Amino acid sequence: MTELTKHEPHTIYIKPSKGLAALNLRDLWIYRELIFFMVWRDVKVKYKQTLLGMAWAVIQPLMTMLVFTFLFDKVAKLPTEGIPYPVFSFTALLPWGLFVTALNQGSRSLVAHNNMVTKIYFPRLILPMSAVFSGLVDFAIAFVILVALMFYYQVTPAWNLLWTLPLFLLLAIVTALGVALWLSAINVQYRDVNQALPFLTQFWLFATPVAYSATVISAKWQVLYFLNPMAGVVNGFRWSLLGIGNGPDITLWVSTGISILIFVSGLFYFRSMEKTFADTI
Amino acid sequence: MTTAISVKNIGKQYKIGAAETKFRYNMLRDVIVDTVSAPIRLAKAMIGRSDRRLNQNYVWALKDVSFDLEEGKVLGIVGRNGAGKSTLLKILSRVTEPTTGTVSVRGRVGSLLEVGTGFHPELTGRENIYMNGAILGMRRSEIDSKFDEIVDFSEVTQYIDTPVKRYSSGMYLRLAFAVAAHLEPEILVVDEVLAVGDAEFQKKCLGKMGDVAQQGRTVLFVSHNMSAILRLTQEAIVLNKGQLIMRGPTQEAVDYYLSSGQSQAGERTWEADEVPAASAPFAPISLKIKERGGKIVDTVRSTEPVTVEFEYKLSSPVTGLRVGLYVGTMRGEYVFTSFDTDSPALYEKFDTRSAGRYISRAEIPADMFNESRYTVGVNASSFGVRRYFMDENALAFNVDISGAPGTQWAEPRVGPVRPRLAWKIEKIG
Repeated sequence: MTELTKHEPHTIYIKPSKGLAALNLRDLWIYRELIFFMVWRDVKVKYKQTLLGMAWAVIQPLMTMLVFTFLFDKVAKLPTEGIPYPVFSFTALLPWGLFVTALNQGSRSLVAHNNMVTKIYFPRLILPMSAVFSGLVDFAIAFVILVALMFYYQVTPAWNLLWTLPLFLLLAIVTALGVALWLSAINVQYRDVNQALPFLTQFWLFATPVAYSATVISAKWQVLYFLNPMAGVVNGFRWSLLGIGNGPDITLWVSTGISILIFVSGLFYFRSMEKTFADTI
Repeated sequence: MTTAISVKNIGKQYKIGAAETKFRYNMLRDVIVDTVSAPIRLAKAMIGRSDRRLNQNYVWALKDVSFDLEEGKVLGIVGRNGAGKSTLLKILSRVTEPTTGTVSVRGRVGSLLEVGTGFHPELTGRENIYMNGAILGMRRSEIDSKFDEIVDFSEVTQYIDTPVKRYSSGMYLRLAFAVAAHLEPEILVVDEVLAVGDAEFQKKCLGKMGDVAQQGRTVLFVSHNMSAILRLTQEAIVLNKGQLIMRGPTQEAVDYYLSSGQSQAGERTWEADEVPAASAPFAPISLKIKERGGKIVDTVRSTEPVTVEFEYKLSSPVTGLRVGLYVGTMRGEYVFTSFDTDSPALYEKFDTRSAGRYISRAEIPADMFNESRYTVGVNASSFGVRRYFMDENALAFNVDISGAPGTQWAEPRVGPVRPRLAWKIEKIG
């Protein structure tokens, strides 16, 4: 607002929007600090009044990793391309955890903040965006655990590939945000989304090479398998951190393409539904 | 003078009756068919080809409203519940889009539609100031520079680092209003915030709003408090059923609004569609003013008692319900407030009211009112729980003072009440 008061007041035209609304990035920029505050609030509030506090960010992926290790390593003895199973699965649980948190928080973000939506104007995109970004703090904590695990199991990181990690992280964020945009907007009108989310995340986990290696999928199904954008993200993480798998190939481009498709379409769907949020929520 | 707000043919249509489709099942077969086809319906609805749309009814919450407002002016907006006031403010503050028409707004709109939005109970007062400020569109540097002022205004200085969940409701609201009040938009939209806090704080809020207007900012002010409207605005518009029916100097607009109940001659009834859905399980049916013989009247004699009957329906049991009357003058000042469970005996007997139709009847004793016209407002609430229904201007009635104390002198008397006091005159010297 300071920007506006300093200069000549800016005239806003309010009228019924038609078709696919423009993205209105200008407002998003003006309200950029709100994203920061929302993330800050989420992080601050998340572990309030819990006994273990921030330790939950460590315990959650660690417990999943232990369960996976018992089930898939000790019992099922799945192949891991020579990497100790705990490191193998934890590497995948990093982006997966980020994705699940982002998906769940993001999809519920509009409904959870319905008092804001019905009372105040701000770019609604901020809600799913900040929900997705607030998962990054847990991600950072879990990343430290991974480093400790790699140290413990004496797994040498794939130094020459490490620089690609931020790119895969970005891909994970784009994917999560894309899905969250779709689901949060649908959730405003159809709360079915709330019911479907637990099932969806579980199903998605099985369809993603988190507990197992993507190499167990036979070659002719590979491209189809990688229509799941998270498969590309998880494989990418393993490749850049552990140096296993065969790096960017057709499967990664398929995953990335789908991811961008979901994101862009989600953005436009969200924007076109945005005008009805305050009325239908 | 430049135009700050220009509203042209604004209309807003809402869907109603969407909930009814849920009850159309007659047979198990329908249920099964419906369940199976639900995902298809969902998909259809999402891409905007729902066949259900045809069954839905639409109402116009606002229709064809146009007005211009010059920079630096304070405009009052009055109208009954459901007249479209809030919808208009929501459109101006861009919370919702109009269905038709256009608005151009010069400068930023700050809204006080609801204070405290985005407050989180676990955060401290300090943290919530930053959070809430950001939601209202303030920059961090701006909040920094106004922080002390906000804290001072809110009067919660010593608790500023305590989580707001430990605050009393009054402290909470004061802090929330303080943040909103320090936002400095070119155009300020205010809706009912004056229901906040104690009398002292309300005074402060009104003062703050006056300051805002003095600074040459444009203010739109919605309130049911006519005296606040009269004090703060020079000009007002009256909305009725979504249409702008009058615009004029505030005094005229308020008179027009308050006397628009006149045609109803001592009786006000509520149609089902006039009752907001949010008031369930409470639904008002009628409000009547009766003279001693039981006849519904528009003009009562001040020398006789008057009966006020409020009929309503409860669709489910309500605990702690109190139904009350507000009697006020045409200037918007209250004369008195009274609730049907004011007496401790009734308060205990009607601890929980079962579903059904009720009449709460009050007798206002003789020699109460002065010659004038009075408004009757009704309210149904459970103390400290929620307010179900409120209509501050449900009905109006006239008072005829023939035979009242002092009518031997043909002169008007000041003051809304005209009691028959037990005077004694003693000669002491």
